[in-house]
Amino acid sequence: MDYSFALQQLVYGLTLGCLYGLLAIGYTMVYGVLRLINFAHGDLLMVSAYVAFFGIAIFGVAWPISFIGSVLFTALLGILIDRGAYKPIRKSPRINALITAIGVSFLLENLGLVLIGGRPKSFPAPGLFSGSIVIGTVNIPELSIWVFIITLVLLVLCVLVVKRTRIGIAMRALSRDMETVTLMGIDKDRVISFTFALGSSLAAAGGIMWCMKYPALEPFMGVIPGLKAFVAAVLGGIGNITGAALGGLILGLAEVLIVAVEPDWSGYRDAIAFFLMIIILLTRPTGILGERLPD
Amino acid sequence: MPRILLVIAALGFSMLSCAEAAEPINIGALLPMTGSVAAFGQMAWDGINTAKQIEPEALGRPIEIKLADTKSEKVDSANAVSRLIEKDKVVVIIGELISGNTIAASDHAERSKIPMVSPTATNPLVNQGKKFVFRVCFIDPEQGRVAAKLALDRLHAKTAAIIYDISQDYCVGLKTFFQREFTQDGGKIVSETMYKMGDRDFAPQLSRIKALKPDIIYAPIYYTECALIAKQAREMGLDTPILAGDGVQAPELIQLGGKAVEGIYFTAHFHADTISTPMGKKFYELFRKDVKKELDSYTAQSADAYFMIVDAIKRAGSTDPVKIRDAIRSTKDFEGLTGKITIKPDGNAIKPMVVNKVKDGKFVYVTTIMP
Repeated sequence: MDYSFALQQLVYGLTLGCLYGLLAIGYTMVYGVLRLINFAHGDLLMVSAYVAFFGIAIFGVAWPISFIGSVLFTALLGILIDRGAYKPIRKSPRINALITAIGVSFLLENLGLVLIGGRPKSFPAPGLFSGSIVIGTVNIPELSIWVFIITLVLLVLCVLVVKRTRIGIAMRALSRDMETVTLMGIDKDRVISFTFALGSSLAAAGGIMWCMKYPALEPFMGVIPGLKAFVAAVLGGIGNITGAALGGLILGLAEVLIVAVEPDWSGYRDAIAFFLMIIILLTRPTGILGERLPD
Repeated sequence: MPRILLVIAALGFSMLSCAEAAEPINIGALLPMTGSVAAFGQMAWDGINTAKQIEPEALGRPIEIKLADTKSEKVDSANAVSRLIEKDKVVVIIGELISGNTIAASDHAERSKIPMVSPTATNPLVNQGKKFVFRVCFIDPEQGRVAAKLALDRLHAKTAAIIYDISQDYCVGLKTFFQREFTQDGGKIVSETMYKMGDRDFAPQLSRIKALKPDIIYAPIYYTECALIAKQAREMGLDTPILAGDGVQAPELIQLGGKAVEGIYFTAHFHADTISTPMGKKFYELFRKDVKKELDSYTAQSADAYFMIVDAIKRAGSTDPVKIRDAIRSTKDFEGLTGKITIKPDGNAIKPMVVNKVKDGKFVYVTTIMP
């Protein structure tokens, strides 16, 4: 394995890692506030991809409008899912919410199947995001650069929102102690809705980039990335935003490098992701950057 | 009370009218209508429905098709087949279309003694050692041999890299047969890389292949992944010719792959240009009028399975599954839509193989090879 081959793999690994990371941030945010693993997160990716697709291909809207529309729609859907499915059982045991999340996930997938059908559709990626830059022998797809920049910007934004803004302080407070926060006169539901909107729009951003990179839209396209993002979130320490991004990067790089270095192992790609998760859970249950929260 | 009387009267009346019309013959259609190979299932469903318009009855009884979706999954295939047999009481089954699912489903059909005819499952294990499972297509050892010949003679390849799906029996089988034939005839396999159905990122596998500079890439896989692989390969500047199998012949290959899939050669069951039988011409006309789509392998093969089954029921003179099985097994020179069908004692059909190519966004007929 020579120098440029390794660099090339690094580019691919970073791209995949950023996509996983972006999705994982949304996952981790909702978990951080509600202690709820939102299994429908991956399916929000699917919804956003389809909305963007319909905007461009069916209604002929310019792509920036279609993308923004898709993000807004997905954010709204996130709030609706919370209000409709999770809010009524907020006081029930945590396992109820978990099962409900799985239900919502199946609902979205099968709704997509009935409404749109199971045959894959192509995604018309705008010219800005296609093509690639060649440096020496290393080929860098332009989309990879965009993915990297967008992930970085969104990560910084999220950290700032959580650390610096009033709503961010409310989110952090809520994650520690829900009852006391309500006693302080904070509208709990507004904060939770905001969290869902933020998490879902991150899923949408990830979804749009995912389907530009892998243009095959189908109702179950969110399952695998959703699972991987979950692994990434656990890897980095669930509830920790920077950790989620880091977990995504580690996962993406590990998956790409293992296949590139040892092609015979390419069938074990998913096994590696979950093996990593098991190792982390066994040795460091709170994840790489996770901190122990007072229970 | 009068309401109950009314219900009883209505029931009695409906039973009476049922007795007047002949009871339908139930044929099961076990198809992947959703999931990763949904395109095949939907193409097959079009084919079966058009075929039913041509042959709507047998033995003076109307034929009814019971559809069961396998979701392109093995577990669901096994469940769907038992539903067809136990609940819908079918006497014969058309399906499944891909090898892995057919293998998963055929066990139950074999045990229940219900004959099953697969239109396109090519893996040899589909009906090995089974007495009730048939197919109207060629098998993968033959397909592998033709593909190897094609690679060596037409594409002048000396080295090949293989990329395939380890979770699908079809892909693993065909890869093995190609590998055997290709190396026997002097070719060299420089790399074997794999992935799992549902994977979307093939960059590391492809960059590995790129470094080895093979003459061709052999991809015995299904259409979605093939389109994405071609696309990602062309994006990274890897323009080695790609040779595929019958699993890529779906419009989605071209829709998803666009320019990247231009020039892909593949071995296939059928191309509309090869229609020569009267049945084929009649079907093609009706299909173009009604469905208004391209007539591809999966449509044609499924229609042929239907025609052959109806012919077998007529010859058996009964809807007893065992008698139908015997009639299917003795099918000889039956004029179907894709050509003459003869079922060998092992349950496989003798079928010529078609080589197609993607050209200008269309599947173009190249040649026919008798394996």
